Amino acid sequence: MNSWILTAITFLPLLGALVILFIPKAKESAIKWTALIWSLPPFALSVMLWVGYLKSSGGYQYVVNIPWIRLLNINYYLGVDGISVPMIFLSTLLTTICIIYSWNIKERVKEYFALFLFLETGMLGVFTSLDLFLFYIFWEISLVPMYFIIGVWGGPRKEYAAIKFFLYTLVGSVAMLLAIIGVYFYTSPHTFSIPEAVAQLPFSKNFMLQSLAFWAFFLAFAIKVPMWPFHTWLPDAHVEAPTAGSVILAGVLLKLGGYGFIRILIPMLPMAAQKYSFMLAVLAVISIIYGALVAMAQKDMKKLIAYSSVNHMGYVMLGIAAACAATGGLQLNDKAMALNGAMLQMFSHGLITGGLFLLVGVIYDRTHTRDLSQFGGLGAKLPVYGGLLAFMAFASLGLPGLAGFVSEFFVFRGALPIYTVMTGLACIGIVVNAAYLLWMLQRVLLGPLNPRWAELPDINRREVISLMPLVILTILVGVVPAVLLTMFNGSVSRIVGMAVGAGG
Amino acid sequence: MCDFSKNIMELTWLIPVLPILAFGLILLTGRRGPGEGAYIGIAGIAASFLLSLAVTVITVASALGGHEFHPFTHSVVWATLGNIDVRMGFAVDQLTVMMLMVVTTVTLLVQVYSIGYMHGDPRYPRYYAYLSLFSAAMLSLVISDNLLLFYMSWELVGLASYLLIGFWFEKPSAMRAAKKAFIVTRLGDVGLFLGLIVLFWYTGTVNMQEMFAAVPSLMGTTLKIASVALPVLPLAGILLFAGAVGKSAQFPLHVWLPDAMEGPTPVSALIHAATMVAAGVYLVGRMYPVFAYEPHSITLTVVTVIGVTTAIMAATIATVQHDIKRVLAYSTISQLGYMMFGLGVGGYTAGLLHLMTHAFFKANLFLGSGSVIHGTGTQDMRQMGGLSKKMPTTYWTFLIATAALMGLPFTSGFFSKDEILLEAFHTSLPIFWLGLGAAFLTAFYMTRLVALTFWGEARDPSIHAHESPRVMTIPLIVLAVLSLVSGYIAWPSNNIFHHLVHFGDGAAVPFSWTVMLLATSAAFLGLGLGLALYLRPVISPSIFREKLPWAYNLLQNKFYFDEFYWAVLVVPLFWITKVLARFDARIVDGLVNGVGYATLGLSIAYSWFDRVVVDGIVNLVGGATRISGRVLRYGQTGVLQNYALVAFTGVLVLAWFYLFR
Repeated sequence: MNSWILTAITFLPLLGALVILFIPKAKESAIKWTALIWSLPPFALSVMLWVGYLKSSGGYQYVVNIPWIRLLNINYYLGVDGISVPMIFLSTLLTTICIIYSWNIKERVKEYFALFLFLETGMLGVFTSLDLFLFYIFWEISLVPMYFIIGVWGGPRKEYAAIKFFLYTLVGSVAMLLAIIGVYFYTSPHTFSIPEAVAQLPFSKNFMLQSLAFWAFFLAFAIKVPMWPFHTWLPDAHVEAPTAGSVILAGVLLKLGGYGFIRILIPMLPMAAQKYSFMLAVLAVISIIYGALVAMAQKDMKKLIAYSSVNHMGYVMLGIAAACAATGGLQLNDKAMALNGAMLQMFSHGLITGGLFLLVGVIYDRTHTRDLSQFGGLGAKLPVYGGLLAFMAFASLGLPGLAGFVSEFFVFRGALPIYTVMTGLACIGIVVNAAYLLWMLQRVLLGPLNPRWAELPDINRREVISLMPLVILTILVGVVPAVLLTMFNGSVSRIVGMAVGAGG
Repeated sequence: MCDFSKNIMELTWLIPVLPILAFGLILLTGRRGPGEGAYIGIAGIAASFLLSLAVTVITVASALGGHEFHPFTHSVVWATLGNIDVRMGFAVDQLTVMMLMVVTTVTLLVQVYSIGYMHGDPRYPRYYAYLSLFSAAMLSLVISDNLLLFYMSWELVGLASYLLIGFWFEKPSAMRAAKKAFIVTRLGDVGLFLGLIVLFWYTGTVNMQEMFAAVPSLMGTTLKIASVALPVLPLAGILLFAGAVGKSAQFPLHVWLPDAMEGPTPVSALIHAATMVAAGVYLVGRMYPVFAYEPHSITLTVVTVIGVTTAIMAATIATVQHDIKRVLAYSTISQLGYMMFGLGVGGYTAGLLHLMTHAFFKANLFLGSGSVIHGTGTQDMRQMGGLSKKMPTTYWTFLIATAALMGLPFTSGFFSKDEILLEAFHTSLPIFWLGLGAAFLTAFYMTRLVALTFWGEARDPSIHAHESPRVMTIPLIVLAVLSLVSGYIAWPSNNIFHHLVHFGDGAAVPFSWTVMLLATSAAFLGLGLGLALYLRPVISPSIFREKLPWAYNLLQNKFYFDEFYWAVLVVPLFWITKVLARFDARIVDGLVNGVGYATLGLSIAYSWFDRVVVDGIVNLVGGATRISGRVLRYGQTGVLQNYALVAFTGVLVLAWFYLFR
């Protein structure tokens, strides 16, 4: 039933990219409109997915499984559960938003929009694949367009940033490929299917090999998240990327890492995950505190937000580490809570940090600077912009009523019983978060107006339109987190090994 | 409870929702809204006030009705994680309605007053939007039946406080004060956050009543961290209290409140005197079963010590400040300390009664000071003087509130302060004496304030003071009346308040003439000293500065708390961030780039090796072949005799080889 829908969602953008390639270069407006209109059906379909998904079961739905390369038992195997559906929704939403925001792109318009749609196929493919081989292919596909988006439309050091992004991620990918091949050979019959491999628990007899596979997957996912100390590609990529590139990077590409942990590592290699979970927790807490402290030292607004991503993704990893820690017993509810929190945080971070990057773009387009010492007093001059920036900053520092708070709360609630000291330490991040974000607000919006910006126009309608969905969703998730939790909880309960059926 | 009453009680959730609707409406309409937004805000809070009044009447009637009273609650599932349902809802009991009445009354009066005070401000609608946001958050804090919603509202009142302290954000001092307030209170909030999580963890619920029910079973339960076993109840209680320390500006996190006076004065009255800062006291009262899991628990001891320290410390600082609002700010800190140690020594009813009376008289004092600032254009008391004739309404209402704060007989403060001291008297004498000392200091600095501001001659001839418009003085009159009469519900022989708001078995501590006389004499002593220094200077006002300059400087500089935190926390923090940023760029990223460059270097080396050595060998082989070919070419003569000769020689060699070896 409905098995065509995932294929359509995944490949429609690619088709759109091809269509754009056939539009003459000079017809820029036609290209933009085509891209925008073409991004809408996948979004509509992702809403359909959400509505049609039977939340009570928490299993894979909309499944399609067709043999592809029979010799290696590789299948065209797609399917989604309560964890991937919201991520698909987020990806399609952010793509549309980015296309609206990118209306003022001047150079190589055709290539830009074609690449964005191509990128969307890569991201969506990762979230829909249930075959490791397919997963790997989409994982790599998502890399290429982003490489070009940074490398062609980026800032002054774009080549360096693009290559760094590409190579760093590739290192992880290669390790993952080895691990995937390992999984294939240690299952019988040999399979790339994620659900089948999870059922078989490969390497369950050989802990050595399981550990190796764990660290190989870990490397790929930890670089993507990024987790300390694998994070240094992120600030460079963000600073150099064009605004919309940063939004997708923070909003979706980082989430691929967290998604990998939850989809592959925890269920497929549970013993190794449990064994090394403390190390994950330590790295997560370092990411939280370190990310916040380094963010505080930044003078470049975009870099500040990039480091805040390291901090926020640290909360995701803390939740994941806690969920890895115990395999059963009394802590199941804590695990479920931590993992739900991690998923919430992935979604919220996509909304909030996406919004913050858009807002940095807005001010950069007008002033051509991101140096925090150059602003001041813009709150009186640009009241709408000021309001939106303050809103997103408060969302980012975890103000209750907005999306960031519920996710932080459930991560902490889930993780504290499992890693008490580590979680307690992570609280330092909460305070420092407030400090650097309020300090950022102060340097941009408050104080006397810098006379240089006396003629600065406020945020325009197109920019507001691209931000509004994020604002509304940030409030919605913050006030009624059940909209997401009813999706997450069924699948999360399945992963942590709870009896399904409770709640929903 | 009849059906009609039940229906009204069901609507309690509307109390915070009405102001949030006003907030949204003001943001949408801006200056086009009725009264430029002011009327929307006032309508919102007035509706909340009326609904609160109805809820209060029903609750009080049914509590006094004789049958066993149960809090009215209503909740819905908010989120489900794993098998745990997190429910959100409201609960109404006597403490709730007391707080509802305090908050809605003061908010309503402050909003009316602000029409006059904020008149002509360029961001006038936004001011009313923020005030409405504050009311909504504060009211949802009051009615929440669970600690999670409580915490969420708690943070949101913090946001409103931030926005309103920094309302005039062009002023660097205002923007810094706002940031400071948010960050310092957040330090405490982390404690509340963890306390909430620990209680949620051990009780499996966020609902307060369910938590209380689980308290007896948690006696003796410990939380093991490494090898240290921490008893859960005191741990949770102290963590919760950390939140109260931040919000209620208790020692050592009190430093944000004096700076918060940068906000508009009505805001200081509402948020930083009457309601939000009292939320910490309300938290302790609300969660009292967790604090008082046994009489004289460790948690209550901590509350007492912090409270009494704060009360004394802030009162001493208040005696030497020159800014009228700062004196009142330190007075607020001191009085909040009073409430805290009242709760700490077991005076549940007393501490909460003082919360209520203090809200009225302190709001009155702040609004009065606002009227003075409005009339004179300055906050420095050294420039004032002689205002009693020019601002009579302000003066008389201020005087009544001052008497209440001093605890002079038959004002509201008299009842509440006496009750706190009475409780202390029965629990711990040292605390009682310290409380008495604070009462003396309070009377002294308030006399000084009134004398410098209203009495004597005008000291600055350039200031032409005028009475404030009626929209500002009427709220003052209402508050003055409340400051006078609100204590009578706690008349010792017929203590209705105690009957409504009490903890445990509910027996009131017996009235004591000794305590009452001592407390009253302390107040009159302070008043007398103040008069002797400032009304008819029998003693020179500068005697303290001349005789004890070091002590004077210590107080003038507020015990150097700000300087201490700056040196011990802020400077090292900035240092660490800089060091880490450099570490990140040089070491962590340096390593990545190092690997990159090493790979690049290696590939250059390989390419050299490839070109010179590998290719060299290939070329060598090729070259050798070519050369050997060239040499061997000479053998290819094409002459048959030569070939035959070579063949023959070969045969001979082979024959020799086989025959003779």
